[in-house]
Amino acid sequence: MTPLLGLAARSAWNRRFVLALVVASIALSTFLLLGIERIRQDVRASFSQAVSGTDLIVGARTGSVQLLLYSVFRIGQATQNMRYASAQALAGHRAVAWMVPLSLGDSHRGFPVLGTSAAYFAHFRHGNRQSLSLSQGRAFGAPGLFEVVLGAEVARRLGYALGQPVVISHGDGALTANDHADKPFTVVGVLAPTGTPVDRTVHISLESMEAIHLDWVAGVPLPGLKVPADQVTQHDLAPRQITAVMLGLKSRAAVFSVQRDIQSWRDEPLMAILPGVALDELWDVVGLGERALLAISALVAVVSAAGLVAVVLAGLDARRRELAILRAVGASPRHMLALLALEGGWVTLAGVGTGAVLHTVALALLAPWAQQHFGLVLNAGAALATQWGLIGALLAGGFLASLVPGWRAYRLSLADGLSPRT
Amino acid sequence: MTAAVQVRALRHTWPGASTPTLIIDALDVDAGQTLFLRGPSGSGKSTLLALLAGVLVADGGDGEVRLLDASWRAMSAAQRDRHRADHLGYIFQQFNLLPYLSVIDNVRLPCRFSARRRQRAGSGAAERLLERMGMDASLWHRAAGVLSVGQQQRVAAARALIGAPEVVLADEPTSALDEDLRDAFMTLLLERCAEAGSALVFVSHDARLAPRFSRRVDLTTLNAAATVAA
Repeated sequence: MTPLLGLAARSAWNRRFVLALVVASIALSTFLLLGIERIRQDVRASFSQAVSGTDLIVGARTGSVQLLLYSVFRIGQATQNMRYASAQALAGHRAVAWMVPLSLGDSHRGFPVLGTSAAYFAHFRHGNRQSLSLSQGRAFGAPGLFEVVLGAEVARRLGYALGQPVVISHGDGALTANDHADKPFTVVGVLAPTGTPVDRTVHISLESMEAIHLDWVAGVPLPGLKVPADQVTQHDLAPRQITAVMLGLKSRAAVFSVQRDIQSWRDEPLMAILPGVALDELWDVVGLGERALLAISALVAVVSAAGLVAVVLAGLDARRRELAILRAVGASPRHMLALLALEGGWVTLAGVGTGAVLHTVALALLAPWAQQHFGLVLNAGAALATQWGLIGALLAGGFLASLVPGWRAYRLSLADGLSPRT
Repeated sequence: MTAAVQVRALRHTWPGASTPTLIIDALDVDAGQTLFLRGPSGSGKSTLLALLAGVLVADGGDGEVRLLDASWRAMSAAQRDRHRADHLGYIFQQFNLLPYLSVIDNVRLPCRFSARRRQRAGSGAAERLLERMGMDASLWHRAAGVLSVGQQQRVAAARALIGAPEVVLADEPTSALDEDLRDAFMTLLLERCAEAGSALVFVSHDARLAPRFSRRVDLTTLNAAATVAA
């Protein structure tokens, strides 16, 4: 091998333009594979970080994934509500430490509105058990009428600051007639970014939620009944129905017994889910897409390995003279195999190395942007174990692929001997 | 002193051919001898050179080719490659050099593959040979591809001779050169072979070169197969 090391390098340098194209193609496929793997892992991480520290999520009977989707990710609608009385009873359960009520259904300019209590700001956790913090203003008080706290992305996208008047739309806001325009809200606080659905949520108190629906029955404004904003306090603003409840337990060990208690709730049919378990179920569904992405990028890698083989093979005929010269000075056909394999190995190494560096640089540059625009936290730190695996597979694949032209060179130099048929 | 090259009862038929390309009963080249093998194209000269260099092994019979009293046939493929690297220099008709190596690295090429040649050459051998082949020092580190044909052949001769191999095979090395260059090249080549003590087997169809050699053989007479064909 030693007589070949320098030769392979010089020979490759002599054909650097074509080989640079191969290196670029391998670099791009490496970049793609590593990038997709990184995004896949980090999307999964931020997905699973949408809620933490909550032991149970309780709602009316439905599918566990549905309950998770609308209570945590604000996706879809609840088909049924639960009574607020049940929520209060749950809060008084001996094993329950805290209860956060969630009332969904309205929106503001496409962002979901969440009716909740002050307990939300105290107990809701995301990521690695991080609590919510305000970047501006304050949380709404109790009852906090017509006060709104915005998620970071809502404030940024709509350009809202403290004091901004906000009109809540009924439902998804498709009909302007359904706006709660008679009872405008005021922004009192903006939350710091979390990289979770909280960033896209408009928070109001349960009492406010009740107040804007005082003069509504069955989802439409009641004709002839108008309750002006300044008179709502004369009415009973205690909520009657909510969508779901987040529970924190005094001890995690009690989670299954509390879950059983809730499943057999006497007053109404309820269900309780463990967020982690439901997240895993959800990921099984979403995971299909990411596996398809990974498969596609693996195919891209195979294509660029095929490109390496094609380019080196195509160039081989022009190198038959070179092989004959080497044979004449005492190189064996096995040297030819090694020469070509060495070249393929270096080209692969250069390509994969370039791709990995590109990936690291792109990650460092794009991480803040991805966080700001998609709420996706990309970890620009050390490579993941799976990424090392991919790098290893790419190197091995490229080297194996370069054995193909190596084998052809072996055969050619055996057949040609000292008189290349060019 | 053993013969540099010995050919005995050699027959070679290419796969698929019905008649042999080469039939040589006997050919001996003594150490240090310069042999002019005159052969027009089609006389089996490429086949003979490949057989002499051990790149090709005669297909059958009990005929054999020996280089320095070692039979190519008796060696494994790897042993043949090592034997060739250690004891043989080869000059092609043209395009002798690897274009991506410098002139001096082309000359040193055999030393990469043969420890024996490397030791026999010692340090500075490539420079000395290039100098003796009339190559200006300013060219030594240039890429081989930029040289003229005449210069390239002289570098090729230097490469064939580095480490003083016992046998040098030359396959019409002057066919691409004009008369003046050819004569200068022949003088240099024969001088260097004499210095190194290398036997030279020189194949060419150019009879004008013949008088410079210590021995002349006509391949068409030597090769019984060619006579039959003709």
